[in-house]
Amino acid sequence: MASPSDDIILETRALTRAFKGFVAVSEVNLRVRRGHIHALIGPNGAGKTTMFNLLTKFLIPTSGQIFYEGTDITRERPAEVARRGIIRSFQISAVFPHLSVRENVRIGLQRRLGTSFHFWRSERSLECLDEQADELLDAVGLLEFAGETTVNLPYGRKRALEIATTLALDPALMLLDEPTQGMGHEDVSRVTELIRRVSKNRTVLMVEHNMGVVAGLCDAITVLQRGQVLSEGSYETVAADQRVIEAYMGSTETTLAGAHG
Amino acid sequence: MGAIVHRPGRDFGFGLLALAVLGLVAPWIGLYPVFVMKALCFAMFACAFNLLLGFTGLLSFGHAAFFATAGYAAGHAIKVWGWPMEAGLGFAVLCSGLLGLAIGALAIRRQGIYFAMVTLALAQMVFFVFLQAKFTGGEDGLQGIPRGRLLGALDLADDLNLYYAVLAIFLACLALCYRIVHSPYGQVLKAIRENEPRALSLGYRVDRYKLLAFVLSASLAGLAGGCKALVVGFETLTDAAWQMSGEVVLMTLVGGVGTLFGPVIGAFAIVGLQDQLADRVGSWVQVILGLTFIVCVLGFRRGIAGEVAAWRERRRATSR
Repeated sequence: MASPSDDIILETRALTRAFKGFVAVSEVNLRVRRGHIHALIGPNGAGKTTMFNLLTKFLIPTSGQIFYEGTDITRERPAEVARRGIIRSFQISAVFPHLSVRENVRIGLQRRLGTSFHFWRSERSLECLDEQADELLDAVGLLEFAGETTVNLPYGRKRALEIATTLALDPALMLLDEPTQGMGHEDVSRVTELIRRVSKNRTVLMVEHNMGVVAGLCDAITVLQRGQVLSEGSYETVAADQRVIEAYMGSTETTLAGAHG
Repeated sequence: MGAIVHRPGRDFGFGLLALAVLGLVAPWIGLYPVFVMKALCFAMFACAFNLLLGFTGLLSFGHAAFFATAGYAAGHAIKVWGWPMEAGLGFAVLCSGLLGLAIGALAIRRQGIYFAMVTLALAQMVFFVFLQAKFTGGEDGLQGIPRGRLLGALDLADDLNLYYAVLAIFLACLALCYRIVHSPYGQVLKAIRENEPRALSLGYRVDRYKLLAFVLSASLAGLAGGCKALVVGFETLTDAAWQMSGEVVLMTLVGGVGTLFGPVIGAFAIVGLQDQLADRVGSWVQVILGLTFIVCVLGFRRGIAGEVAAWRERRRATSR
């Protein structure tokens, strides 16, 4: 097998995960180009979230391999993968609800200080991160809520906070699991804009249902169906693919462009 | 009112000061020093346990093992090896900390009820070792542990001298708990408790943080156990039995899990009840403790300190 070329940041080879009775992800070869916003789409149960869990090691693959920057990371553990620069988000908003908004971001920044095991130190020693935390909050439009307890934020803002926390780690590869799920129209466009902005100098792999979001945002799309890659390419290529239209609409009469929302 | 910012540090400072004053005058308002010392030791034990249950979210059902290990270690070092009292206590903390490292390393691989079961099983093994081993005196226990002198000068055979020494250790223990909870490490612990997968995905090796919490908790439980052995002058299997692990859960829940002062209140409540009732109602004391526990779980789930804190929170919210 040839080694992955330099501009492929993440690659899977014949990645497979079987659960009792069915195969959730089957022989998937995924190649994510550096700097791209790459979308993983597909109907419910297509294996998108399983893919994410495999890539971030929350699940162990049954077979197949995962390469990050050309290194085999198939056997690594979640925290190790995160330390390599792959940071994920979750389908349900992953925040720390009873920490303040600023503290949430600080948790992301804190590891860098190397004092995370220092139980004898005052937590005031973390205040040196506040300025940086506030910059990140400003970038996602949450600065005015910095002192608020996170549980009180509306849903859309929690997602924005999640992205700010992820950004705090300055990841080379961000994995976003349905970042606009359950959002109102206004929040969707705000988060889409946010993703576009933060994708500068990094790679984003996202699971997304909303075709409107994918169309305007993503450089490449992989369509999964029943655990297998159905189609791959730019939005135009994928949207014109009869098999994709069929999978999404159940018929070939409409085009995918009608699947907005 | 709205301008007043809630500062946990100041609240804790006041609380600690109040406890210090209470502790200093207690022997002069008719409280029996040995009783208060015992209660202080159990309060430390409960605080140590709460570090794990309240602030890490791990329910250990084997904390008696650390309490008793420290008692035997301190007793043996001081009585048989003739070590000074400070060294004996240090040795006790070291032993229970190491035992915590061993038990914790095995237990944190499991979660929830399985975690509790692993700790219980391992603690029962420790109990069995103490039952069989020579140095513990088996069923008779380790008797006649001398109290020695503090820094070679202050005679601790005097109850009042020992009392103030134990009070100082207790206050230091409580302050350390506060520091641990409000440290960079405490922040990560809180994050892990709130959302473990997220903490993991941010690159925190969650198991190591949990293990450190376990070792810290075991060590402080050891400090409590060592002090208690000094206070009463003996160490027996009662401290290693699973009922002791249950008692510390009870104290923590009655007082208020996840609050800094709750376990102290709970320990005094339970030890006080046992002390007052033992002579009057005999073994009915267990029934009364059981009922107390039921009332607590059904009626005020947050525990005494938790309910007070919630009430203050509500008042603060309405005065805004």
